[in-house]
Amino acid sequence: MQIKSPEFKENARIALKDVGLQKALGNLKAGFPEKRAIAVQRMPEFHDMRDEARDLKNHILENLDIYLEQFESKVTENGGHVHWCRTSDDARKTILDICQQVDAKTVTKGKSMVSEEINLNEYLEENGVQPIETDLGEYILQLRNDHPSHIIAPAIHLNLEDVSEAFHEHHKKPKSDDPAVLMQEAREELRTKFVNADVGITGANFLVAETGSTIIVTNEGNGDLTQTLPKTHIVITSIEKVVPTLEDMTLFLRLLARSATGQEFTVYNTLSTGPRREGDADGPDNFHVVLVDNGRSDMVGGELHDMLRCIRCSACMNHCPVYGAVGGHAYGWVYPGPMGSVLTPQMVGIEKAGNLPNASTFCGKCEEVCPVRIPLPKLMRHWRTNEFEKHLSPKAVRWGIAGWGFFAKRPKLYRQMSNTSNWFMRTMAGKKGRINSLPLAGGWTDFRDMPAPSGKTFMQQWQKKQGDKS
Amino acid sequence: MSVNSSPIRVGLFVTCLVDMFRPSVGFATVKLLEQAGCTVEVPEAQTCCGQPAFNSGDRETTRDIAKQTIAAFDGYEYVVGPSGSCIGMLHYFTDLFDEADPWKARAEDLKKRSFEITSFLVDVLDFDQVLASFDQKVTYHDSCSGLRQLGVKSQPRKLLGKVDGTELAEMPEAETCCGFGGTFCVKYPDISNRMVSNKTGFADETGAQTLLGGDLGCLLNMAGKLKREGKAMEARHVVEVLAGMTDTPAIGEADYDLGKQL
Repeated sequence: MQIKSPEFKENARIALKDVGLQKALGNLKAGFPEKRAIAVQRMPEFHDMRDEARDLKNHILENLDIYLEQFESKVTENGGHVHWCRTSDDARKTILDICQQVDAKTVTKGKSMVSEEINLNEYLEENGVQPIETDLGEYILQLRNDHPSHIIAPAIHLNLEDVSEAFHEHHKKPKSDDPAVLMQEAREELRTKFVNADVGITGANFLVAETGSTIIVTNEGNGDLTQTLPKTHIVITSIEKVVPTLEDMTLFLRLLARSATGQEFTVYNTLSTGPRREGDADGPDNFHVVLVDNGRSDMVGGELHDMLRCIRCSACMNHCPVYGAVGGHAYGWVYPGPMGSVLTPQMVGIEKAGNLPNASTFCGKCEEVCPVRIPLPKLMRHWRTNEFEKHLSPKAVRWGIAGWGFFAKRPKLYRQMSNTSNWFMRTMAGKKGRINSLPLAGGWTDFRDMPAPSGKTFMQQWQKKQGDKS
Repeated sequence: MSVNSSPIRVGLFVTCLVDMFRPSVGFATVKLLEQAGCTVEVPEAQTCCGQPAFNSGDRETTRDIAKQTIAAFDGYEYVVGPSGSCIGMLHYFTDLFDEADPWKARAEDLKKRSFEITSFLVDVLDFDQVLASFDQKVTYHDSCSGLRQLGVKSQPRKLLGKVDGTELAEMPEAETCCGFGGTFCVKYPDISNRMVSNKTGFADETGAQTLLGGDLGCLLNMAGKLKREGKAMEARHVVEVLAGMTDTPAIGEADYDLGKQL
């Protein structure tokens, strides 16, 4: 996927004027945050579980190598294969290799953000393997040659009309705007694809070290068909997904569903433990787990360590007022919203993604709702510091801070400057009490008035009063 | 609290926005503190809390300002300011120094002593002798840092409940950011505009005459938007109402006393 994060400001401007997108984003609030609030309210121990999940994740990260190796040995014991991939390129090649070994023409895919991260679909197509997305949202996007704008609701930027249009064009059936009819159409189209696929690729929400199992959660059941029908099942996932035991996994499943959609539990929770065994009713003959690093191991023990706790629930973006205003595509890469503003600079470079950690008011709502208590504003601030120290911040910011800092560090000069600016603004405002247009502050006055100072500075008035008293 | 106990010595952290734009908020804070039995001093060596540098990634400038501020407020029993955001920044000073740095302990000490005004009155002093009347329907915006970092939510409402004639009508999404965000509002003006438009819309829905809040940055943003939209709703800092200092024009309203104040 082409990185469009450097154009964030322009993307945002366009998004704010996109009537269809704004309508679609309007549905987000009632869809996710309100349902989450109800689910949280119903579960008094929810916040204690968040503490437990944070502590458990921290423990896992401290012992990541041990749990990953345990996971690998269990997968191998069960007859599967684990492939360690340092980069996106390694992962793409590994997956293509497996596909070519079984002479695959088509692969069905469950939803996987890691597969977006490594740009898998494009690579498979270029090499003669046809990927077919089976998650309804992803399927719609594939028809439209579009990308996800959200990590769990990939087509949240679209409206019913868009889906109706895309289906009409590709399914060659009469146009319908009845969601039930559209669902049925997608179901029929996908059934044959499920049956005919040579390989099924899914992601994983968690990897269980004690059993060598992978698990995906879906609300559509498409994951089950993707991984049980084809002869080969490939799990594409990343190293921080490992948890020690099945018991631990359930803690995260309970937090994940509530934080994401406000459900008590996701509808389908599908575990895969190796290939089909003798006597099993179904299952693949070959089972592969492709473990992607892609910069994650560099985060262990560093400033971004806490970010590795992320369980990809999307609560941060669902509650983010900036995401709510501009949608996911404006962020210009795979992971949008607050979690993306921390991860994207790590994966594509701060040089390209510098806008993302800056486009936040640090309102702290993301941290407030994060099920594993990731201090997202602090991590975004880390990137701003990194940018400042590498001299990547825009000149206007650097000079502005340098000029302001010069005065802020010298109280007497600062007073004089405050008094002068105060006088200047009061003079500009006249009797009106506010200013419509202020030099160097167009960002402010283009959209709102600048209230003028209501009198001389507090310090001037206070000193005068103290003088009068003595 | 007992009226006979010796006065509590408070250092006022004015905040640069109050100093520059709305001195009456500073005086209202002083008045409330004095009503609550404190003596208030205003150290001259204070400037800004350093937040613009901190959030722009300039750690060195932030540290210099932090040291200056810590030194300026040495010796005060408490440090109180009319802003959750700026007091929140004073609390962040502890993150700026290594364990071995002697400034670390001084920053920790300042953190323990510094409070946002409504939280100080309610949580520390258990003050409820509000002597004010304001015959209006008001709505209240919860500013982010005060709310999420310092836990300021019930305190201003509790105090407003003691004001004669004031009716509080809560707006939808009172806890959602207004889009100010310091430099955010000028770096990403289009997004900020969307956020503040949502906010003024919600505030207006309540039918309140005045929008109150505890942070001047957010209030300047919301008042500026209300005026640009031609809405009648006015905006004030909550301490103006609590101190009974509402005879001056609201934020961004015509100032007929121009030039006559001193």
